[in-house]
Amino acid sequence: MTATHTPGAVHVDTVDHAVSTPEVNQPYRELGLKDDEYARIREILGRRPTDAELAMYSVMWSEHCSYKSSKVHLAYFGTTTTEEMRAGMLAGIGENAGVVDIGDGWAVTFKVESHNHPSYVEPYQGAATGVGGIVRDILAMGARPLAVMDPLRFGAADAPDTRRVLPGVVAGVGGYGNCLGLPNIGGEVVFDPSYQGNPLVNALCVGAMRVEDLHLAHASGTGNKVILFGARTGLDGIGGVSVLASDTFAGDEGGTGRKKLPSVQVGDPFMEKVLIECCLELFGAGLVVGIQDLGGAGLSCATSELASAGDGGMLVNLDRVPLRATGMTPAEILSSESQERMCAVVRPSDVDAFMRVCAKWDVIATEIGEVTDGDRLVITWHGQTVVDVPPRTVAHEGPVYQRPVQRPADQDALVAAGPEQLPRPSGPDELRAEILRMAASPNLASRRWVTEQYDRYVRGGTVLAQPSDAGMIRVDEATGRGVAISCDCNGRFVRLDPYAGTQLALAEAYRNVAVSGARPVAVTNCLNFGSPEDPGVMWQFEQAVRGLADGCAELGIPVTGGNVSFYNQTGATAILPTPVVGVLGVIDDVAARIPTGLGAPGDVLVLLGATEPELGGSEWAHVAHGHLGGRPPAVDLRRERRLAEVLRGGGVAAAHDLSDGGLAQTLVEACLLSGTGCRVTLPGDDPFVALFSESSARVLVAVPPAELDGFTARCTEADVPWRRLGTVGATDVLEIEGIPALPLPELRTAWEGTLPALFG
Amino acid sequence: MKVGVITFPGTLDDVDAARAVRLAGAEPVALWHGDADLRGVEAVVVPGGFSYGDYLRAGAIARFAPVMGEVVAAARRGMPVLGICNGFQVLCEAGLLPGALLRNAGLHFVCRDQTLRVERTSTAWTGSYEQGVEIVIPVKNMDGRFTASKSTVDELEGEGRVVFRYVGGNPNGSVGDIAGICSTDGRVVGLMPHPEHAVDALTGPSADGLGIFRSVLGSVPA
Repeated sequence: MTATHTPGAVHVDTVDHAVSTPEVNQPYRELGLKDDEYARIREILGRRPTDAELAMYSVMWSEHCSYKSSKVHLAYFGTTTTEEMRAGMLAGIGENAGVVDIGDGWAVTFKVESHNHPSYVEPYQGAATGVGGIVRDILAMGARPLAVMDPLRFGAADAPDTRRVLPGVVAGVGGYGNCLGLPNIGGEVVFDPSYQGNPLVNALCVGAMRVEDLHLAHASGTGNKVILFGARTGLDGIGGVSVLASDTFAGDEGGTGRKKLPSVQVGDPFMEKVLIECCLELFGAGLVVGIQDLGGAGLSCATSELASAGDGGMLVNLDRVPLRATGMTPAEILSSESQERMCAVVRPSDVDAFMRVCAKWDVIATEIGEVTDGDRLVITWHGQTVVDVPPRTVAHEGPVYQRPVQRPADQDALVAAGPEQLPRPSGPDELRAEILRMAASPNLASRRWVTEQYDRYVRGGTVLAQPSDAGMIRVDEATGRGVAISCDCNGRFVRLDPYAGTQLALAEAYRNVAVSGARPVAVTNCLNFGSPEDPGVMWQFEQAVRGLADGCAELGIPVTGGNVSFYNQTGATAILPTPVVGVLGVIDDVAARIPTGLGAPGDVLVLLGATEPELGGSEWAHVAHGHLGGRPPAVDLRRERRLAEVLRGGGVAAAHDLSDGGLAQTLVEACLLSGTGCRVTLPGDDPFVALFSESSARVLVAVPPAELDGFTARCTEADVPWRRLGTVGATDVLEIEGIPALPLPELRTAWEGTLPALFG
Repeated sequence: MKVGVITFPGTLDDVDAARAVRLAGAEPVALWHGDADLRGVEAVVVPGGFSYGDYLRAGAIARFAPVMGEVVAAARRGMPVLGICNGFQVLCEAGLLPGALLRNAGLHFVCRDQTLRVERTSTAWTGSYEQGVEIVIPVKNMDGRFTASKSTVDELEGEGRVVFRYVGGNPNGSVGDIAGICSTDGRVVGLMPHPEHAVDALTGPSADGLGIFRSVLGSVPA
């Protein structure tokens, strides 16, 4: 304990007190700081830190905020991004979210973040505040949030704990997003036993603004006011980003009788909706110089980042912060992660107008400080200085680690144990049964039970949403200009080969955007991995980053931002490495989008791309044998790029990407989405491989007969392999030559029954 | 014709309702919850969302907003009023329509493309439909299960005041598959599904919802 308690009063550890008591033992280890990190803080300050300073450094130097284990690897994104790739980027890595110019004066910003651990502890609130946090990141760029997406991963579908976690997470994503008025246009739901005890809840938001309205988080202009607005600050979420909740720190022992609140935050989507409209009105009136949302690390993060990115210092009167609990200490106020709060820098002459807008929306707004001409972040508490630090040392100059990297010892054995020897279905009846079994398997079954709990229509801009390959949103109602987004990752491929597996995730997201008719332009990511202290995990991470960066360079589109989530493991067992890749595409007129499905009766079905016997890491090996081994499918990004160009050339009535489950699953889904059957002949001489191989760079397209010759000529010219498979029928039967017919009602029962049976 | 669209704190579908009004050929006018002023409009849409966070009970706080006093008074004089989803809940709380909306039978939020049958065309908001026609518009809500006392339901059915009925599956357990109802004079209509999300097949399941907004154009004397 660094301070003594008087019952009922809050004793404050001031800078003066810290100077005069250098010998005090501070609980830095309980706060997650290492010995050398604590020593460095003392060196920076020339004294021991105060309680409040220690709180700030410990949350800001946490893995979540400082990227201390990943920084040395993430730098590779910068070195592989060419000037040409950077051309359309208005803001990149390091800002709240990346921003790209999509033409006609529009800028689009998008980002994914993880909220994995809170969602395991408290599924509903963990997921809800994950959505809330990413939406505020987008808002802080000056953009109106337009849509959200949620890549989710859970343990085995039939595991008891999945039944606890999944319904809560889905209800939380829906409960927050629906009440916020943002359409949910897609995402992922993946089951794998490795996520048992560590589900992944990633949340993506996309927003748009006029290019000139871009706001960056910085505090500039001496004398400008710092205004905190939104919800009051409480005791929730303290230590959410670190291991902050230590007994000695939280100060609960002084007889104040306060109960500790859980370190999972509690969200109020109504407050956030009001905050969005309030912020947009403030932006529109030109009343904001700089703005930052309060997310992980709360005020510690917002004040130090604003000051660090600005051209001066900052003075904050912490006692002015509106609280919703009594007796909070400065350290608690600085590290609270109470939701729905923003921090703005405002010119003194605009403060009254700023306050009027907040009053209109019933948003509490309080001037808590100002930009100073010094280079220090000074925070006072009832007239006494409790923080006096160089802000860059808190926000941007945290520790950097070169963690040991080592290819896991079992990697060779894993790659050697390929799927070639696994028993395969043979003969027409077994193949037919396998198609049905695969369609009903948890990872391939219809996501309707989940997506029906999300509003996909609000604001009237949704052109494509789940179960389409990509989500698509109209940005400009007058011109029809819009964006498409897809998030993808097959963690099994990444486990087998992190470099190639991450490129396959990139390829799939890129292809999904292209299949919707949009032109891919930018990439974001959410890199979910195990412990960075495990050299094998760091090897996976390093390989994944390199694979993604090199892949983006080959596709000519930049990574504009991302998020790293480490320590996703249960005991010593890490999750499947899961670098979720999000690709953003632009479409000049959303009316030209390509629907997901089969097209109209009479359209010709053409398979683009080549099918090889590639079943390593496939859904079939997983479902039929619980097998993971061998090599993932080969990556060919140049072919992906040409494939995308062919799709943008027109002539396609409908399309569907081939990925998990191969051609069989694509045919089943396309038939069911369009509500019509088809008759096809399988390519190659092995029907099993034709149906279940997961070779990349493949798409099923429906081409009207009149367009067929022109379309296939363009494919040949672009060196994209194509093969006529059959035609769309006016029937309700999927007919595959050599396999007994599959009536759509039977397929539908198999495909749609699984999740409701598991989760009610 | 000017059609007002109310915004409460937490209203979400006001932009959609305004767009639907415009596509139908009328002029949308934004009405603010805190202003007891209808700004000269000839009809009012109370759109969907979660007014005041739906805290306490859906629509329970919104009915006390200054603008609602004006809406209730105007409705009593015969002004067409349409309540969609949360707006329907607000109109029930305000006493303009009978009954109440409870948590969905499945206890989940449900968003799906829903088939409805237009049961009554002699209202201010359904005159452009043919009697008995089936339309597809989205339903999306958490509290959409219409309920009322048996005598009220009998009265609604007996007087032909059930305007829309769910067909091909009841998404929320509403009594009698009731999706929407009207006042005795047919000027006030409330429904849970969202016609404002079905005004363009590009962004909705159909354009079937546009008819509701077109209907009101013909319902007010020029």
